[in-house]
Amino acid sequence: MKYFARKCGFYVVALWGALTINFFLPRLLPGNPAQIMMGKIEETSTPPPGEYKILEHLMGVGQGNIFSHYWSYLVQVSHLNFGYSFSQGLPVIRVIYQALPWTLVLVGTATVLSFIIGTTLGALAGWTRNRWLEALVPVTTFLTSTPYFFLALILVYYFGFILHWLPLSGDSDPLLLPAWNWTFFSSALEHAILPASTLILVQLGGWMMSMRNMTLTTLSEDYVWAAEAKGIKSRRVMIGYAARNAILPSVTNFAISIGMVVGGSILMELVFSYQGIGYYLIQAVENDDYSLIQGIFFFISIAVLMANFIVDMMYGFIDPRTRQA
Amino acid sequence: MSLPIDHGAESSSVELGGRRPLRGWRVLRRSPRMVVGLCIVLFFVLVALYGTFFIHDGNALSSNILKAPSAHEWLGTTQLGQNVLTQLIASAGPTLLVGFAAGLLATVLAVVVGIGGGFLGGRSDDLLNLFTNVVLVIPAVPLIIVVSGFLKAGGIGPIIVIIAFTSWAGVSRVLRGLTLSMRNRDFIAASKLSGERTWRIVIVELLPNTVAFVISGFIFTVIFAILTQAGLAFLGLGDVNALTWGNMIYWAQVDGALEVHAWWWFVPPGLCIAVLGTGLALVNFGLDEVLNPRLRSLRAIRKKPSVFDDIPLGEAP
Repeated sequence: MKYFARKCGFYVVALWGALTINFFLPRLLPGNPAQIMMGKIEETSTPPPGEYKILEHLMGVGQGNIFSHYWSYLVQVSHLNFGYSFSQGLPVIRVIYQALPWTLVLVGTATVLSFIIGTTLGALAGWTRNRWLEALVPVTTFLTSTPYFFLALILVYYFGFILHWLPLSGDSDPLLLPAWNWTFFSSALEHAILPASTLILVQLGGWMMSMRNMTLTTLSEDYVWAAEAKGIKSRRVMIGYAARNAILPSVTNFAISIGMVVGGSILMELVFSYQGIGYYLIQAVENDDYSLIQGIFFFISIAVLMANFIVDMMYGFIDPRTRQA
Repeated sequence: MSLPIDHGAESSSVELGGRRPLRGWRVLRRSPRMVVGLCIVLFFVLVALYGTFFIHDGNALSSNILKAPSAHEWLGTTQLGQNVLTQLIASAGPTLLVGFAAGLLATVLAVVVGIGGGFLGGRSDDLLNLFTNVVLVIPAVPLIIVVSGFLKAGGIGPIIVIIAFTSWAGVSRVLRGLTLSMRNRDFIAASKLSGERTWRIVIVELLPNTVAFVISGFIFTVIFAILTQAGLAFLGLGDVNALTWGNMIYWAQVDGALEVHAWWWFVPPGLCIAVLGTGLALVNFGLDEVLNPRLRSLRAIRKKPSVFDDIPLGEAP
């Protein structure tokens, strides 16, 4: 139980860190960001009442010292009210609610798939020492060193512009409205193939390499030899003895890599104009829409922290030794 | 992801990396991967250092617009008639500079925080370790994008600093683990007893034993920095007129290279990034093999007859 309490404590600190960074970011700007933002909102629409107050709280300006700014910022954030996004013409929170499911489903599925495929291939490579699987190592290393956006460009160019097999961009057919029916679902699926392939291909190599290395390391442990000597079936030794222990570091890395994948998916979403969180973040950065930047960074941090938290909790169950430490 | 974060491997590899000094040639002979990797990296470093002597102006315009690769222009030309090969060579320097400078800065931070904290122990170590772990879980790339968005950072300098300050934590954690496992060894105790100063013990006794891990972490950060800088450039953040491989792809995308099927415009810079990254990663794999002999024993194990070879085990391992 102590393990879980300590982990919870850690994530509270991490959350506080992310919030504090988000608080100090607008201070990098010259001038009064709340006034600048207000001017931009008024250019395109009539701001909702009380908007200026919200902006002052979020950007940490107005009356009072830095501590009172910080406090009103925390209060504002706890209400999940990030103000109005002038570039999208919607409240920030609405933009995020719209975009979040697309990113979560796409990135989540791609990350889990690449983890499963890569880890399985790596375990097989380490266990069988198959020449063909070993030959895959340089190939996957190359893919891992490729920038996400470059691979995305190549895929768009080849499958979209040359072969005309798959749609060039977007998250679904623009003529269709989101609904729980097959036409919409198949359109969304068709649009997700290239973005998902990009994420999977880039990540695959890392999982494969670390699992292969750990399998090789574990295979020379005494308990694996002992299990074999006892005459336990080869398959059982591989899965129950070698792989079970070899996968532990990969699980730790899985948590950390979620943050990286979110970063990679930002670039990928730009290339495919896939209207997820990353796409809107870039729109916000390009338009100097500070409210939207702050809101999106807040949600990305929360999502990554939650994912890490879940993996950490799972880790406690997978490897009982960590709970005692 | 190639970072040796696994705690299981750390304890076993420390002894091997620590006790026996690494002799350059033996290491290279054992690991063909490392040789290939070093050759690739060396090639790009040479191009970055001396390539500019052979070209005049990386961005020189000409009237040859959007020409496909030919005997005259090996890699074709852009929409403004710039020679892609010339651009590629001129971009090598700034790209590598960002990678290596950010890698160096991040490694210094990692060494100070990781080894310093691990050696000092106590309250300061707890705090530094907590700080490291918090930095580790805060998503780096979104943070970098957001900071560059707020800063409107022009030029390479700010980008190097931002990348370094967000990417040191992973390496630092590995180094701390290593330091903790070495802190109570006899040779450290001996130097403490003989009255050596703390900073001298850290620099003379501790640091040399972690050098392979420091190098491995450095290479890992260089790869991350080059990829991240390319990503930022592709987003149009930072100085879009600087010559880097990322900026080349940015302009190709903005000027519609895909629509006019000008593949020679955006494929070469991307390939350069990927090949350089592969080279660096191969060097790291080589280091892994040196640090953890069980990885390099692939061929050795095959040749060596094992006790269990006579026992039929179905599909033998």
